[in-house]
Amino acid sequence: MIVVKEYEAMLKAYGKAGGNLGALRNKEVGNLVIHRNEVLSANEVEGIKIEIEETEAGVNIYFLVVEGAKIKYPVHLCFGVLPEEGLQEIMLRVEAQADSEVTVIAHCIFPNAVNVVHKMDADIRIGNNAKFYYQETHYHGEFGGVKVIPKARIRVGKKGVWQSTFTLIEGCVGTLDYDFELFGDEKSVSELLVKAFGKKEDDINIIEKIHLDGKEARGLAKSRLVLNDNAKALVRGETYGNAPFTRGHVDCLEIVNGEGVIARAIPLVYVNDRRAKVTHEAAIGSIDNKQLQTLMARGLDEEKAVNVIVKGILR
Amino acid sequence: MLEIKNLKLTLNGKPVIDGLNFKVKEGKIHGLLGVNGTGKTTLANLIMGISYPDEGSIIFEGQDITRYTTSERARMGITLAWQEPARFEGLSVGEYLSVSRNLDSSEIDNYLWGVGLPPAEYLKRAVDASLSGGERKRVELASVMAMKAKVAILDEPDSGIDVVSLPHIMNGIAEMSKQGSSVLLITHGEEAVRVAEEVSIMCAGKIINSGPPREMCQWFKNNCSTCNHVGEPSYQGA
Repeated sequence: MIVVKEYEAMLKAYGKAGGNLGALRNKEVGNLVIHRNEVLSANEVEGIKIEIEETEAGVNIYFLVVEGAKIKYPVHLCFGVLPEEGLQEIMLRVEAQADSEVTVIAHCIFPNAVNVVHKMDADIRIGNNAKFYYQETHYHGEFGGVKVIPKARIRVGKKGVWQSTFTLIEGCVGTLDYDFELFGDEKSVSELLVKAFGKKEDDINIIEKIHLDGKEARGLAKSRLVLNDNAKALVRGETYGNAPFTRGHVDCLEIVNGEGVIARAIPLVYVNDRRAKVTHEAAIGSIDNKQLQTLMARGLDEEKAVNVIVKGILR
Repeated sequence: MLEIKNLKLTLNGKPVIDGLNFKVKEGKIHGLLGVNGTGKTTLANLIMGISYPDEGSIIFEGQDITRYTTSERARMGITLAWQEPARFEGLSVGEYLSVSRNLDSSEIDNYLWGVGLPPAEYLKRAVDASLSGGERKRVELASVMAMKAKVAILDEPDSGIDVVSLPHIMNGIAEMSKQGSSVLLITHGEEAVRVAEEVSIMCAGKIINSGPPREMCQWFKNNCSTCNHVGEPSYQGA
């Protein structure tokens, strides 16, 4: 009975966070709903195998996409802690076997958090010629009482594709320690993107590392941050061109929109093969004046113009 | 409709706009022709309220708007298309056109067709660096058309664009005028101002001659192509 109540509460929060409720009820759609350390719902579809083990503070998950499987609908994951306090530790092992293709949409929900810690430690292996698209969207309450620590080590096989987007723009971030490290094999294509909207006293730390280890591997480490009030952010984007004809790029944009904001960016580009090329761009500053003037010349007041620009950057 | 009276602006001790006077009539295209560095863009910024003059006044529909903000002027019906329009990450062409007022999809389509951009191809594209200079200028013009401005200031819409975009931009300007907007067409190219009903020639921060386009283009060619008056505010005009 308690589980049913929690499931309904999770669904409600999931819907509010922009999650697709229909997807969680559709038997043709793979899904997994976890509240703290309880599995509230799990649905495997053909080509996907999910093994779950509940632990004291969270769950261990093994997520397999079998060789050659092209998963028709995105798989929906929902992690959350609904009470004001709690710890959730997700140990995630992902294996996307050769020639498979899947999109995974994860929602992480902490609407009432005053003192909540959410940790994810992921070991992800993308097989040769496999494609894995991962979107993680966080929904936090307004209290800023969440500490989010997502860490992932991702290995992308030959001609494999990895694209991930981590979005934390609803509610207060609290503390974010994001650390993704990716190793790309020959002709792999990898993209890490983080979008965050810091407010009040939020503290954001982002590490995006891409090792282009195979010939002709390509990688992009991208981040988009908007910082209001007294929010702080440090972004480290690192790309290593370790093989011939690798192409990498680090792209960081931080918009400073508050008196007490501290924004830092440390791009690192490293090449140890003369045929590799890695570039970077990092921009920290206030809202672009010309963008602002352009929208004001269309009749928007300054506040609305700032909103339009910020929404675009974080989209 | 729009009257500029004795406008003056000095920057770093140097007069940039130097007692400038002219009028833009209702529903007409007024060409403002001048070589680079004569203060045309500065004037556009003053009319739009991006910066403010030291002296003089800007009168719009009988109201002195010299100290109004950019947003206030825009809400009254004045707008500006910049020479190099801003790029917006994450904002689609369709959304950009709808920024000034709610448009239904058929209206957006019409404005895009008006500048020769097929909606199916452009509606969802971002107004960012992925658009070429010519495409971005055409989107800018479509956005000005979508605003249904009473006065549209177009700063060098013909400069730095490809040969494919130019006729679309000129058609768009003519269409805007047909729809009832007054246009202040700022350019340094004589070809562009041929769509205007009246042309003023600007030099060293002031209007030095005004008249019909054909006559003014010839005058500009004869007198301004080897102009040595730029930056010489003491020049008294023709």
